[in-house]
Amino acid sequence: MADRTMTRREWLLSDAPQSRRQARLGAAYQGWRTFRRNKLAMLGLIILVLLVLTAIFAPWISPQNPYAQNLANRLQPPSGANWLGTDALGRDILSRLIWGSRTTLFIVGTVALVAPIIGLFIGTVAGFAGGWVDQVLMRVTDIFLAFPKLILALAFVAALGPGIGNAVLALALTSWPPYARLARAETLTIRRADFIAAARLQGAGRTRLLIGHIWPLCLSSMIVRVALDMAGIILSAAGLGFLGLGAQPPLAEWGAMISDGRNYILDFWWVAAMPGLAIFVVSLAFNLLGDGLRDVLDPKGAKE
Amino acid sequence: MEPPQGGQPPSALPPAGMTPPGRGHSSAMRRRLVKIGGIVLSLVLTLLGLLVVTFVIGRVMPIDPVLKVVGERATQAQYEAAYQALGLDRPLWEQFLRYVGDVLRGDFGRSISTGHPVADDLRRVFPATIELATLGTLIGVCVGVPLGVIAAAKRGSWIDQVARVVALVGYSMPIFWLGLMGLLIFYGILGWVGGPGRQGIIYDGMVPNVTGMILLDSALARDWGAFRDAFSHIILPACLLGYFSLAYISRMTRSFMLEQLSAEYITTARVKGLSETRVIWGHALRNIAVPLITVIALSFGSLLEGSVLTEIIFSWPGIGQYITNAMLAGDMNAVLGGTVLIGACFVGLNLLSDLLYRFLDPRAG
Amino acid sequence: MTRTISLRALLLATAVAAAPAAMAETPADMLVVAAQVDDIISLDPAQSFEFSGNDVGWNLYDRLVDFDPLDLEAGLQPSLAESWEVSEDGTTVTLTMREGVTFHSGNPVRAEDAAWSLQRVVKLDLSPAFIFTQFGFTPDNVEERIRAEGNQVILELDQPYALSFVLNCLASNSGGIVDKETVLANGGEDDLGNAWLSTNSAGSGPYTLTAWRPNEQVQLQAYEDYWGGAPEMKRVVVRHVQESSAQRLLLERGDVDVARNLSPNDVQGLAGNDALTVTSEPRGRILYMGLSQEDPLLQQPQVVEAIKHLVDYQGMADSFLEGQWIVHQNIIPAGYLGSTDENPWSLDVEKARELLAEAGVTSGTLRTVVRDIREYVDVAQTLQASFAEAGLTLEIQQMTGAQVLDAYRARQVPIFIGEWGPDYADPNTNVSTFAVNPDNSPEARHSQLAWRNSWAVPDDLAEKVAAAVVENDTETRSQMYLDIQSQYREIAPIVPMFQRVEQAGMQANVQNWSAGGSVASVSYRQVVKGE
Repeated sequence: MADRTMTRREWLLSDAPQSRRQARLGAAYQGWRTFRRNKLAMLGLIILVLLVLTAIFAPWISPQNPYAQNLANRLQPPSGANWLGTDALGRDILSRLIWGSRTTLFIVGTVALVAPIIGLFIGTVAGFAGGWVDQVLMRVTDIFLAFPKLILALAFVAALGPGIGNAVLALALTSWPPYARLARAETLTIRRADFIAAARLQGAGRTRLLIGHIWPLCLSSMIVRVALDMAGIILSAAGLGFLGLGAQPPLAEWGAMISDGRNYILDFWWVAAMPGLAIFVVSLAFNLLGDGLRDVLDPKGAKE
Repeated sequence: MEPPQGGQPPSALPPAGMTPPGRGHSSAMRRRLVKIGGIVLSLVLTLLGLLVVTFVIGRVMPIDPVLKVVGERATQAQYEAAYQALGLDRPLWEQFLRYVGDVLRGDFGRSISTGHPVADDLRRVFPATIELATLGTLIGVCVGVPLGVIAAAKRGSWIDQVARVVALVGYSMPIFWLGLMGLLIFYGILGWVGGPGRQGIIYDGMVPNVTGMILLDSALARDWGAFRDAFSHIILPACLLGYFSLAYISRMTRSFMLEQLSAEYITTARVKGLSETRVIWGHALRNIAVPLITVIALSFGSLLEGSVLTEIIFSWPGIGQYITNAMLAGDMNAVLGGTVLIGACFVGLNLLSDLLYRFLDPRAG
Repeated sequence: MTRTISLRALLLATAVAAAPAAMAETPADMLVVAAQVDDIISLDPAQSFEFSGNDVGWNLYDRLVDFDPLDLEAGLQPSLAESWEVSEDGTTVTLTMREGVTFHSGNPVRAEDAAWSLQRVVKLDLSPAFIFTQFGFTPDNVEERIRAEGNQVILELDQPYALSFVLNCLASNSGGIVDKETVLANGGEDDLGNAWLSTNSAGSGPYTLTAWRPNEQVQLQAYEDYWGGAPEMKRVVVRHVQESSAQRLLLERGDVDVARNLSPNDVQGLAGNDALTVTSEPRGRILYMGLSQEDPLLQQPQVVEAIKHLVDYQGMADSFLEGQWIVHQNIIPAGYLGSTDENPWSLDVEKARELLAEAGVTSGTLRTVVRDIREYVDVAQTLQASFAEAGLTLEIQQMTGAQVLDAYRARQVPIFIGEWGPDYADPNTNVSTFAVNPDNSPEARHSQLAWRNSWAVPDDLAEKVAAAVVENDTETRSQMYLDIQSQYREIAPIVPMFQRVEQAGMQANVQNWSAGGSVASVSYRQVVKGE
């Protein structure tokens, strides 16, 4: 078959890839096909794409200024003027939800970057080095694991000062231990693998082995785990907001919005329910996406 | 930070410090004991580390405990007197040594945010948390395990999808929203359950306090009215916590089961003509018991931290609220005592699942 | 197998839970109150200084003089002291004890107990000690200056004071009289019983303490031999319920008799429910804004004046503060001697702009630090919006109570938004903190609010404050305070905005509820339940 007559699809699905690039792209495409078959996972992906678009275009889609107060027009039910109603200070809930998507993405993005990277580093180093390094690092991990999470996060927030940035940082700093455990376990299973030995024989140094061979292999399980933890992260940030340690007013943040709304929950259900619904939909989306990714990336779950 | 295991599902992996099962050779009992001794030692070190970390956090935190003691109107002289009375003028290491010495003598000091000895406070709040966590975990297990097993057995079917969505909803809903809504519907409107608090006012103090767990105490006293009352108060928060555990437990069960169901012995059993029910409930489930117990133990452990938001909403005087209040007031005696207690439980559960791995799992060395 | 077990468990659980509970009703001789009581750190009258702690102590102990909960307007009434008189020179106050009153232990209430109780407040030197040390008592001299002679208690003051001022201080919660013998018998030798009294009671009040479980509940039992007559409510249980919604549900379901921390909209939600009523009582607490004179922008008088016109007082009082905070722009709360309802400021962005232009200010950034309490944060956000209209940017920093206080004490809060509650029922309690600053230097570290806002109080105002505490003619004294407040409104960079009104929701059959108005704390002894 000549390249010219091949469709792009056939090229990607080729049994005999001609280049490294084709093989990689092919594998990714295969994964995408598996993923696409999973309708729920696709739904999750679509929701998240919509979320990102909402965050990017917030200034244009938001019907009103999210900070504009109107005390005479407070706690209004959903209507033509305010599709999702207004909050205790008369602000448009829909507009605040739309702007709040930026905060949510910020929270999720930061925690998803920081926690797994710390965990990956500590876990792989421990697993790869073994001996006393392993012992020390894992004891430290255990200490953080045994520490009540909320207390640790509270301590960080108290030390760093309140504010959404610090709250997120605190969450990231408290949620790395499970990743470290995971990364260590993965490292233990691959460090004696043949290809590692081969690489070592070729003269690869420890650092190169770690960065070039072990990290990429741990990555897939980390990504799956992160996707599944996303919901928890959003909710944790909401929990800090509930205790008044999250976003500073008047910044729109979904968790803080719910926590405001709980004062009005009995008579003005929409004030808390709307941001609650938003958190629910987005964390559901992350969960579904995570499940789909697991099927694609996790070799154990993928093949029956 | 809620749900407790939503954010950080406890790892189902073998505890750190041991090699993964399946690689070891059969070893002598003595070597096992030595290893276990090592584990115990490392657990003690973990606890000590926990103490140090908590202590340091408490002392470097910019929340001034003296203010809680002296209040808003205090003069500078009163402030300094209280500062010295709390021993804060001593060097950090001296404060720490004194604290550890006191703890070893069983004295956790006095809480400045409640005015009571910390040990008394913990004796009061921890049983409330244990009671709630136990019932929550029980609900999580009773619903989560069957759900996971069925989902795995009928992989890809509508049952699997429903189970998945049910679990994901449990993973995704803010607990304070669910909690307040639950209270409004089941207590406010329907009147099916008791309201916030652990007991109806009439039953308060009627049952002798033995364990501090009201369900257990009223059962011991055979006071079924009090039992029913306590049950009606605990059931709603327990169901909420149970929902979160079940989300995690059912997912883990499903994934363990899938692994088992593709194993050779299952195929053999099927070929031998065993009914599918027996294959699944009899063989596969028994084989996942050990990792499942680990999952359950760790999930229980994270509930023991107390779920602050649930406790606030249901006026449940548990340890989560206690430590949080103490933290916000800079009340380090209370925070230290609570943290050490929770840490010890966590470490204990860790040890337990570790031992289970070693003695029950045929593959472990 | 697992399935059958779990199903059975589930069915059992549903069966027990699903049986609808009858509408609860609390026993006829028992009062159940839902409130936020997690701020109690001690029940010792010499230490207790929190709202909830005082609410408990108020019922455990009697004071020498007291308020009648059913007629707070009537002012101070004899209590453990039957009568009192002042010496010619005005420096010695002699109180004669009521005969035949006994403590809960059965011990008689003697002048000696009263003197010892007041002495220990001074000697322990804890938070409320200043209420008595302001009369010149010190730990060294207090045994001579406060003493018992026969059935009389004698107070020797360092200078003549207005008698009403002295008596008002004796009627504060820290003036509660404790049972000396019982305290000493319970190991009160070293710390004058502070540790023991923190969690136990030894008073002569209408109630005794049965249990205090922190963050959970306080239980009181009626004292049948109370000298004023045994209370109707034999048991009082105060349950800690954090959330307003939860308090309201408990009230609606009949599980509590009184709910004390309902949010304004939950109060409105109760309207139309015939089984419930809502009472409104003005309390002494003032919500104010402090403008630190360390901030270069706030140092300009026109800016301060402009800010006074950038607060939507009425808008807030009519919306999220509705019914629970009323506009009050003076430092002495309504219900106190010398209080006034003169409230000159209202939201006027135009005027504020003019004032700012006068000062040459067209834009600027200010920072406020508020406690993470719903109302404060809402007030701050409303200020933020109206400041923005005048070109000022207000940054809001939300912190926990301890952190805010820490920063405030260190003078690091440019704009403070928070409450001040009076410590005793005399106007001096507020004036001496809002309008007194003996030394404005950073090292002085005074506890006065004026110092915390770095405001050097002008000498003439300080002199007026000092003169008012020694004026014995009530009419003149009242006029002096009106004068002080008028000057205060003109010049002070501290802006009182609202006064607290406590709304308590309760079952319709609960009568004679009194949260203590602006001068006292909650009192249960007069509460009765009708049909």
